[in-house]
Amino acid sequence: MRYSALSIFKQALAGNLGWKPAWREPQPKPHYDVIIVGGGGHGLATAYYLAREFGIRNVAVVEKGYLGSGNVGRNTTIVRSNYMLPGNEPFYEFSLKLWEGLERELNYNVMLSQRGIISLYHNDGQRDHYVRRGNAMMMEGVAAEQLDRETLKKMLPFLNFDHARFPIIGGLLQRRAGTARHDAVAWGFARGADRLGVDLIQNCEVTGIRREDGIVTGVETTKGFIGCNRLALAAAGNTSRVGEMAGLKLPIESHVLQAFVTEGLKPCIDHVITYGAGHFYISQSDKGGLVFGAEIDGYSSYAQRGNLATAEHVMEEGVTMIPGLSRVRVLRAWGGVMDMSMDGSPIIDRTPIDNLYLNCGWCYGGFKATPASGFCFAHLIAKGESHHVARALRLDRFERGFPIDEAGAGTQPNLH
Amino acid sequence: MASLISCPHCGVRPKEEFSIRGDATPVRPAPMASDEAWNDYVHVRANPRGRIREHWQHVAGCRRWLVVERDNFTHEVFSVTDAAAARGGAR
Repeated sequence: MRYSALSIFKQALAGNLGWKPAWREPQPKPHYDVIIVGGGGHGLATAYYLAREFGIRNVAVVEKGYLGSGNVGRNTTIVRSNYMLPGNEPFYEFSLKLWEGLERELNYNVMLSQRGIISLYHNDGQRDHYVRRGNAMMMEGVAAEQLDRETLKKMLPFLNFDHARFPIIGGLLQRRAGTARHDAVAWGFARGADRLGVDLIQNCEVTGIRREDGIVTGVETTKGFIGCNRLALAAAGNTSRVGEMAGLKLPIESHVLQAFVTEGLKPCIDHVITYGAGHFYISQSDKGGLVFGAEIDGYSSYAQRGNLATAEHVMEEGVTMIPGLSRVRVLRAWGGVMDMSMDGSPIIDRTPIDNLYLNCGWCYGGFKATPASGFCFAHLIAKGESHHVARALRLDRFERGFPIDEAGAGTQPNLH
Repeated sequence: MASLISCPHCGVRPKEEFSIRGDATPVRPAPMASDEAWNDYVHVRANPRGRIREHWQHVAGCRRWLVVERDNFTHEVFSVTDAAAARGGAR
């Protein structure tokens, strides 16, 4: 069923009884060309682009829970491409371009809202760094603007400009950045993939990876063995556990990241704003709630819940940046399990096993990358070589000495 | 995460007094060890779900380095030992 204004009108007249499920619930076939482990945003996008762009339609996505039950439904929905390093920026810009056409492409409303992201800075050194980042973006053809303090005061009068320790002296603006409805992205890709013949198999946990003569022949699951010619892992958060089934030891550590949402307010924050003095970021959802988060808790964790000390720290940062926040009540907090890589950048690559492909290490920047991650991973699986914007995202970059370390923090997974 | 950590030197203390460095499993190789050994130590992690051993420092207490054995899924803490003692003596 194609969605349109007309279909909504027709269904409304018919009492909304004629809507069909957006995807099938198939039983697994004995064998597929490609099996994708992980039915989150990246896995579903990979399946969609495999079928749509590369003509591989005998594909299954196996998901241990329900579709979109992982981090695609547990993030702060920010979409942006304001990265600095040449290994990253073209990839995220490719992603933003895919975002811009995504609703038309999927015939699904992902509620992309290009409201702009403003990254604030607080001292001369930080200003120089943000100017450098803006210039690096422009070198890749991505628009970036520097905002001075006076302009910011007009745009965002509610900020704490004169904080004694962290005065706000300017900001870097990317106008094309914004937010998207996170669940809808998973659902849109799921529906798109399903319509192209991909089997989406939910509540089917992979328990083992069967190998013969050094190549993967299929996966053991809670619904039995499923054979495949190629296996693709897109299980960020649990990458190490799935990878271990194939004997891989990876440059990944799992950490918990928390996010928060407040009660609904009238429109008050028109952009995505990030605080340079502590990595706090905030935006307002279309429902009115303020959605915000900050850094990871900083310790290895597979639990989808965080630590109150970190929650307190995040609130303190928020109130330092916007004093008015102190009067707003937080409704919900949640945690997601992040694949923290050793340099803070992701991996889309082949593995030492010939027909096993790996998509992981998204740290806490995976949501914005969803379309490009799917596209580039599908490209890799279909053609056996990296898409040109994802060439730097190699698994062996650590041992070869080519990390992509945006933060300059070194190989400490809890510092990115 | 458990709220209270039992430091072998200071007794039961709130966990906010400690800072967590990370996985205690990798052991620093000899300076002239192979590139593979160093890559394993610096970059590669087993990252299991369940019982792990971590290096913590009691920064707001005795400032000793500790090895905390805990579950990274249930957050249960099993044991806390002095890191030097865990290696077989003070250094």
